[in-house]
Amino acid sequence: MDAATGREELGGGGGPVNLDAVMQQVAEHKGCGTQGGSGKASCGSGAGQGDLPTDIWEKVKNHPCYSEEAHHHYARMHVAVAPACNIQCNYCNRKYDCANESRPGVVSEKLTPEQAAKKVLAVASTIPQMTVLGIAGPGDPLANPEKTFKTFELIAKSAPDIKLCLSTNGLALPDHVDTIAGFNVDHVTITINMVDPEIGAKIYPWVYWKHKRYTGVEAAKLLTDRQLQGLEMLTERGILCKVNSVMIPGVNDQHLVEVNKAVKSRGAFLHNIMPLISAPEHGTVFGLTGQRGPSAQELKALQDSCEGEMNMMRHCRQCRADAVGLLGEDRSAEFTTDKIMEMEVNYDLESRKAYQEMVEKERQDKVAAKQEELETLAGIASDIKLLVAVATKGSGLINEHFGHAKEFQVYELSTSGAKFVGHRRVDLYCQGGYGDEDSLETVIRAINDCHAVFVAKIGGCPKNDLLTAGIDPVDQFAHEFIEKSAITWFKTYLEKVNTGEIEHYERGDAEIRQGALIAAQ
Amino acid sequence: MTLKIVASQCTSCSACEAECPNVAIYEKNGTFVINPKKCTECIGHFDKPQCAEVCPVDNTCIIDESYPRYQAAV
Repeated sequence: MDAATGREELGGGGGPVNLDAVMQQVAEHKGCGTQGGSGKASCGSGAGQGDLPTDIWEKVKNHPCYSEEAHHHYARMHVAVAPACNIQCNYCNRKYDCANESRPGVVSEKLTPEQAAKKVLAVASTIPQMTVLGIAGPGDPLANPEKTFKTFELIAKSAPDIKLCLSTNGLALPDHVDTIAGFNVDHVTITINMVDPEIGAKIYPWVYWKHKRYTGVEAAKLLTDRQLQGLEMLTERGILCKVNSVMIPGVNDQHLVEVNKAVKSRGAFLHNIMPLISAPEHGTVFGLTGQRGPSAQELKALQDSCEGEMNMMRHCRQCRADAVGLLGEDRSAEFTTDKIMEMEVNYDLESRKAYQEMVEKERQDKVAAKQEELETLAGIASDIKLLVAVATKGSGLINEHFGHAKEFQVYELSTSGAKFVGHRRVDLYCQGGYGDEDSLETVIRAINDCHAVFVAKIGGCPKNDLLTAGIDPVDQFAHEFIEKSAITWFKTYLEKVNTGEIEHYERGDAEIRQGALIAAQ
Repeated sequence: MTLKIVASQCTSCSACEAECPNVAIYEKNGTFVINPKKCTECIGHFDKPQCAEVCPVDNTCIIDESYPRYQAAV
């Protein structure tokens, strides 16, 4: 059990947790230091502790939604017990919910708290690396407080080792902070898209508060005041807070730098700026008015500009509110309500613990390999920074066939190492064993800002097309550690540039695929 | 008159159910419905019908003209 989470009170055993000490460290932590530059590989949601205080690091290091390194090894699930919402957002359309549709806020099945608790036990017994349970809607968990807290109560009783978290729009947050603290909720995510009501009025058509619907600037003012108040109240109690923001070009894109400062000064420890999803077929206001989402490079530039201020999250996949499993590998289809109710559940704390210890060993090996390779970069001076894409199934290895990749992880390489900067979801290139020309084009568009793509295996045709597009297909590091291999490749690249064998050039922009992550076809 | 919920519009989000001061709203066949005998249009409770105020889909909680105005009975 994680001493820093304070879950002992629920699990039985262990001493009380000194929240003041945690709080002090939150207060002292001023985000990523500037001394290392914004490209610091160990910063924020990177693989190492960086300058995060130890207590916070202990909390986040095994959390798949907070640490991009941990998500290779640990899994999370969401249960959809909270269908009601108390605000309306222009990027959300509650009316539309079909099986082929997928984005945050949309689920196919709503659960009662009892069904949700059974589901959590069933999943945790099947997937021993499942360590985190989140409630994220499809509405707002705090607009459904009875359902949300009943679910927490049932899970805390039957699966005390699982960390609880919730995601909220923040409107009702100040009213529930004490209950959240009482359940030892590990962390709360607040979606904050603005701190300026004028901008908020363009994002939120209305909010419902104290039996009244508010609109326009008045509504946005109410929302931002309640959000920031809730954030302060949580961090005062030592509860970790992440802030999500949706980047809406021309509406709040520049303003998010202000949001970043506002939430950092109130103790948020991580900021996740996500691209707007606005396909017309989703029927959202933004989708229908033609509001575009950002490009991959616009998103990265904004994240980079906020990075000096605080830790930035880079690996968000905008999961559905009923996602199950490792990020990027959704297993929700295995756990439909029908299937769960038939399952024999044997919740074994000990075997879960043993499995997680094995995972820890694997992680340490990976970190050691990266460290070793990083040392060989020492002394090489170059200003070159470039992006590479990696096909991976997890565990930090290059272990996915190019044609089977549903997404590529993107790393920025420089002489300070390999830094994860995001992922790019793609349509499957290889379906049923043959390549599809159209989907190859979409893959290239998704990683067009990368110089190379690392794969376990790749066919002759796509290899040539990638080369034509200026992207180097690299299969020589099959089944090796990602960061170690990327650094090795980068060293060779720099040598070739130095000897004049190749000329370094800047790549263009890339496209972000619309829609939330679902289980693949 | 009372309010009614247009079934084809209802997303079954349940937001209205909790807000109704008369506990007139319940789930039926996958969507929510209003018991006309219990609906008071929120008159005496709030300025506006709460189901319509909280409903995420416009024109879903609407006046049901087939019932006499609640106020007339008051």
